[in-house]
Amino acid sequence: MIPSAFDYTRATSVEEAVKLLQAAGGEAKLLAGGHSLLPMMKIKLTSPGKLIDIGRIKELSGIRKEGNRLVVGALTTHRQVAADPLVRKYAPVLAEAASQIGDIQVRNRGTVGGNLAHADPASDLPAVALALEAEFEVQGPDGKETLDAGGFFLGPLITALPENSILTSVSFAIPPEGAKSTYLKYPHPASGYAVVGVAAVVSTGPDGMVNDARIGITGVADTAYRAEEAERALVGKKLSEQTILEVAALASEGQEMASDLFASAEYRRHLTRVYTIRALKRLLI
Amino acid sequence: MPNVFGTPLKRREDPRLITGKGNFTDDIQLPGMLYMAVLRSPHAHARIKRIDVSAARQVPGVVAVYTGKDLEGKMGTIPTAWLVPDSDIKTPPHHALAVDQVRYVGDGIALVVAEDRYTVRDALELIDVEYEELPPVVNQEEAMKDGAPQLHEGVPNNIAFHWKAGEVPDEVFDRAEVVIRRRFYQQRLIPNPMETRAAVAQYNPSSGEMTIWCTSQNPHIHRFILSGVLGIPETKLQVVAPDVGGGFGCKIAVYPDEALVGYVARDLRRPVKWTEDRREHFTTTTHGRDMILDVELAGKRDGTLTALRIKNTANLGAYLSTAAPGVPTILFGLIAPGPYKIPKAAVEVIGVLTNTTPTDAYRGAGRPEATYQIERMIDLFADEIGMDPLEIRRKNLIREDEFPFDNALGLQYDSGNYHRALNKALEMINYDQFRKEQEEARKKGRYLGIGFSTYVEICGLGPSKVAGAVGFQGGLWESATVRVHPSGKISVFTGASPHGQGEETTFAQIVSQKLGVPVEDIEIVHGDTNRISMGWGTYGSRTTPVGGSAIAIACDRVLEKAKKIAAHALEVSESDLDFEDGAFQVQGVPGKKITFQEVTLQAYLAWNLPEGVEPSLEAQSFYDPANFVYPFGTHICILEVDGETGEVKLKKYVAVDDPGPVINPMVAEGQVHGGIVQGIGQALWEGAVYDENGQLISGTFMDYAMPKARFFPAFETAFTETPSPVNPLGVKGIGETGTIASTPAVVNAVVDALKPFGVKDLDMPLTPEKVWKAMQKGRREA
Repeated sequence: MIPSAFDYTRATSVEEAVKLLQAAGGEAKLLAGGHSLLPMMKIKLTSPGKLIDIGRIKELSGIRKEGNRLVVGALTTHRQVAADPLVRKYAPVLAEAASQIGDIQVRNRGTVGGNLAHADPASDLPAVALALEAEFEVQGPDGKETLDAGGFFLGPLITALPENSILTSVSFAIPPEGAKSTYLKYPHPASGYAVVGVAAVVSTGPDGMVNDARIGITGVADTAYRAEEAERALVGKKLSEQTILEVAALASEGQEMASDLFASAEYRRHLTRVYTIRALKRLLI
Repeated sequence: MPNVFGTPLKRREDPRLITGKGNFTDDIQLPGMLYMAVLRSPHAHARIKRIDVSAARQVPGVVAVYTGKDLEGKMGTIPTAWLVPDSDIKTPPHHALAVDQVRYVGDGIALVVAEDRYTVRDALELIDVEYEELPPVVNQEEAMKDGAPQLHEGVPNNIAFHWKAGEVPDEVFDRAEVVIRRRFYQQRLIPNPMETRAAVAQYNPSSGEMTIWCTSQNPHIHRFILSGVLGIPETKLQVVAPDVGGGFGCKIAVYPDEALVGYVARDLRRPVKWTEDRREHFTTTTHGRDMILDVELAGKRDGTLTALRIKNTANLGAYLSTAAPGVPTILFGLIAPGPYKIPKAAVEVIGVLTNTTPTDAYRGAGRPEATYQIERMIDLFADEIGMDPLEIRRKNLIREDEFPFDNALGLQYDSGNYHRALNKALEMINYDQFRKEQEEARKKGRYLGIGFSTYVEICGLGPSKVAGAVGFQGGLWESATVRVHPSGKISVFTGASPHGQGEETTFAQIVSQKLGVPVEDIEIVHGDTNRISMGWGTYGSRTTPVGGSAIAIACDRVLEKAKKIAAHALEVSESDLDFEDGAFQVQGVPGKKITFQEVTLQAYLAWNLPEGVEPSLEAQSFYDPANFVYPFGTHICILEVDGETGEVKLKKYVAVDDPGPVINPMVAEGQVHGGIVQGIGQALWEGAVYDENGQLISGTFMDYAMPKARFFPAFETAFTETPSPVNPLGVKGIGETGTIASTPAVVNAVVDALKPFGVKDLDMPLTPEKVWKAMQKGRREA
């Protein structure tokens, strides 16, 4: 439980951090809250030669509203997100999910950017990032670019984040007024990670029919994903118990379910359906 | 003095522990101290062909590297201390570092000693070992088969022992009206105290004295065994258990690591520390349970039980740990009939060695397994004959007027009122109402269940002559010295070794009650072989019944002498004196008295002592109990199974325990809470899993689900108090009741909830998927 020896540098700006990353030639990892990286280093799943601490770069922290998006700095902690008035008002599902991550210590130290860049397939936030059509602001040697959540999660612990780049902020689409949303999770009894986590955001038009549905699912597959078939099936229908039962079976459509000691693929597929039903039913009220 | 016996005093040990002022083994810092780490086998079974330590030796800061071959013949092997009689027991050698063969993932191969704890870990990785992998065997039944991989020479079919108690001829079962046969798997569990194991050793080359601080539940047993392993006489070996952060049985055993630290400290003439990390703990500290129980219960259609027969195939891991052979045999087998009148019983136990971490005692040690099978069997029996699980218990529980009760396997239950505990628990729920609600809920597709556990356990280990008769290589009496200082303050030296249970508080209450001295004036000293003459430690809920009784007796002896001095000082005869409120009072003469403290001072000044009375005020007791004690009670669990996911939601948990007179209700309740949590952990979440290669795949807290506070409803606890006639305090022990009672209560409740699905039994842990699959099967078959 003691990591291998490593060098440590503290970066004071994003530009400096990028330079340090470049200079390290692939040997370095970024240290933010440390709640994904350090446990892996302790059990030597990863042994980076160098850590670049970006944890004190002030401009990477904070939450602001920009038009119809909520911009969350990469270093903002889960606790800050869960308690933030803007988040609670404009994207309550994000606060709801953030409040269920790990335990109090993890939420006080762990960061939104670190969590999403780590891309654990059972992490809570990727489901919400997908359901809120997040955009990832990254800064690298060639400047800044924006990546869509839809193409960001490539596999377990694998993202589209370019080499030597830093995730600086994540912006979440504020659901239309009157939209309903929720995040429902089955926590693993050991790790607290999602065995299944369903983030659902549903908007209804003046005719009472669903005109927009976004469902992000985590914990059950290689990466979090959008349940697009289920989303499509919802649109144009009235959100009712009957509709929910019909569309929920589509929530794992086309996905290969993960299997482990706690839950087989078959059971995960079943849970995906049940938790999609339960999440959507919460939106009926 | 207020009556302190029965008062919920706050634990005196807590302020230091919860403000970070505890003094644990890893807190010990000595000048010039080195750090040791052990390289452990990544293979479950392999021959060591070659070990190259040269690269590790060259790391700056590394002081020494040792392999098994370096130590061979220079230190003893790690012994087993429970040699179950009439079992043809084999005790294959357990080298502190494997010499040419490794037998489980975690088996020590080599050690490195370095100037700091980082260097030592880095250097470990530079040791190059060439293995020839051998086929492993992890399951006990597989290991017994002809042709299975053999772990040790001289242990054919890997059978370490074969033990039997009682006999029930086949014809009893053949002729019985009802026979229930069931196999239960007591899954393997990993005890996880907050503090992992650690040891520090310091050797004084001038005097030849060694001190070993370690995470022990029984420092005198550690001294006894380590003295032999290291070849250091007990006169020169001090073992200290400082604050110990929980043990739950896994700190009873003497492990290779404590011996290695001692060896290295002497060899290098420098203090050495070793601290296990959590990953190491998962694979090298003893596991618990892992027994396959084949149970037969015979009886009549009217619910009368007539015979019980059990075959227990126990997985002991790669080596026989210190107390391991006693757990599936004596501690399991003899109490197997539980609190019921079952006239005939027989138990057969086969202890098997496999390529897994050694198993040994884990909270309850044998008794949870015994209670589990009988509590499950009685429910299955009731179900078979269409009787209510409550009724069958009422019918078969031993009645109050039948004590002392001799069970079919030779134990004599000391005292009890099982029906009273059951009735008290029933008052805390509304059974008839619950059954109605259950019925209504089922119609709506909600599955409520209720489970009972009316347990008895064997505690207060134990009479030493019985210990000898059952092969325990030690005594089980306990020592106490009560030393009253000139000022009237009291030091109590106990051979028990509490490590979180609260006896620094409850023992002080015993002394305060006896001698009328405020609790604040009483210091409980434990865990140091140089300060305490002898002791057998803390386990098996023996600390208060045996260690506490020794203290009570020593207090009586102090009082006896004090009374002589008091009578002399007051110029009356002893028979004229009453001892009350901390003073000797002359009967019928108010105000004519002398306080205990004044007597104490006189005892030390010795200016004017009665003829034949020696100075000082101190007494000792070496108390050997006449029998075990038998706590009992009723636990009831109400829960709901999620019909869609199989998730179990605990709704209500009632525990009525009878530990005899309760010294401190708050401490006792705390023990019950912790025990329930651990027992339910086994029922619902915990389970160590090996793959076929002998790799522990539940080897971190990410996979191995420890119970968390949020998993539980508030427990509702109560006590009945039936004194034991065995010891002077009448106390029975409360440390393990929760673990023993709760597991079957929960499983019985889940099975009750699943009755509409035709489910009769499920193997623990009752994970949601397992429950869901059982429901799916029921739905398909319906």
